[in-house]
Amino acid sequence: MKTSRSGRAARLVAAASVVALAATAFGQSNTADEIAKYRAALQDGNPAELWEARGEGMWKEPRGPAKVSLEKCDLGMGPGVVKGAYTQLPRYFADADRVMDLETRLVWCMVKIQGYTEADAKKNPFGAGNDRKADMEALVAYVTSESRGIKMNVPQSHPKEREAYALGEKMFFFRGGTHDFACSTCHGEDGKRIRLQDLPNLTTKAGAQKAYTTWPAYRVSQGELRSFQWRLNDCFRQQRFPELVFGSDASIDLTTFLAVNANGAAFDAPAIKR
Amino acid sequence: MPDPSRIRANVVGDSTEVKVLMNHEMETGQRKDAQGKVIPAWFIQDVTATWNGKTVLSAQWGPAVAKNPFLSFKFKGGAKGDKVMITWVDNRGEKRTDEATIA
Repeated sequence: MKTSRSGRAARLVAAASVVALAATAFGQSNTADEIAKYRAALQDGNPAELWEARGEGMWKEPRGPAKVSLEKCDLGMGPGVVKGAYTQLPRYFADADRVMDLETRLVWCMVKIQGYTEADAKKNPFGAGNDRKADMEALVAYVTSESRGIKMNVPQSHPKEREAYALGEKMFFFRGGTHDFACSTCHGEDGKRIRLQDLPNLTTKAGAQKAYTTWPAYRVSQGELRSFQWRLNDCFRQQRFPELVFGSDASIDLTTFLAVNANGAAFDAPAIKR
Repeated sequence: MPDPSRIRANVVGDSTEVKVLMNHEMETGQRKDAQGKVIPAWFIQDVTATWNGKTVLSAQWGPAVAKNPFLSFKFKGGAKGDKVMITWVDNRGEKRTDEATIA
């Protein structure tokens, strides 16, 4: 019998890595290897599967005031097509006349098909434990799991898609806030880190691909599955920026910039992270 | 009703390898909420695995097991198409049984 106390395991691995660092002086790469091993060990029993299962049920179940399932929701490849849909998001939707990422499109479908108010559909984007489970994160887990192994192919054919990319790029390099930070302060060079975590260099193709294709992810330290909207929201918090509004144009533009940069790589999420 | 578990069961040589992912908060009883009140302990206490009605694993768990626990074990025997059932009971008396077919 084998059970994993994941939080404790995380600390143990972290502690072990520190010891290894001191003893062998292999330095940062060795720590990164140990973290990679830790991730590989957890991948087998990734609790993200629990979110995927809940999301799949939710997708097919008649819900909302209209008592309709989301199976008619058009994620960009036609009504009800989920397979591979995430690899082509964010994209321009003619019916909304707007570039949308997965989360905003799900909100759109919940409003247009299921009859929720927009406020209701958006009110709990990020879950917190058993008392406040987020439907959004479960739906995101299900939809993204249906794109696993498929190559990222985010379109840039519509002018609004190109505009979103350009604005996202600007935002990525825009310095502001109390700490005069930009996304690029941490994600614009190789070898940067926060504590023991290596940060991806999102200005390189390989860096953007590796980072973007492994979100959403189950965060062991939080016991929650986190969407890409959450990832950006938390980056903004860490930069001491004003709160990134869920589903805002700013969040979609930045997502577009990163997603397009990841084009060509096979999508590999929901993943598991520390 | 608690959320379902995910079970995978595969024949490996002369035994069956079972991997179970359970959906549970596993509160230790050691944490406090924002108001400083202790969050009561809430964890899986008993886990039982049966194969064709015969118990192949029985475990007593405590609060030291992780949230959303992952359990992997092997037992001798088992053939493709056989049923494996996993039941857990927590300290509130809540119970969940899930079934999987050996592949």
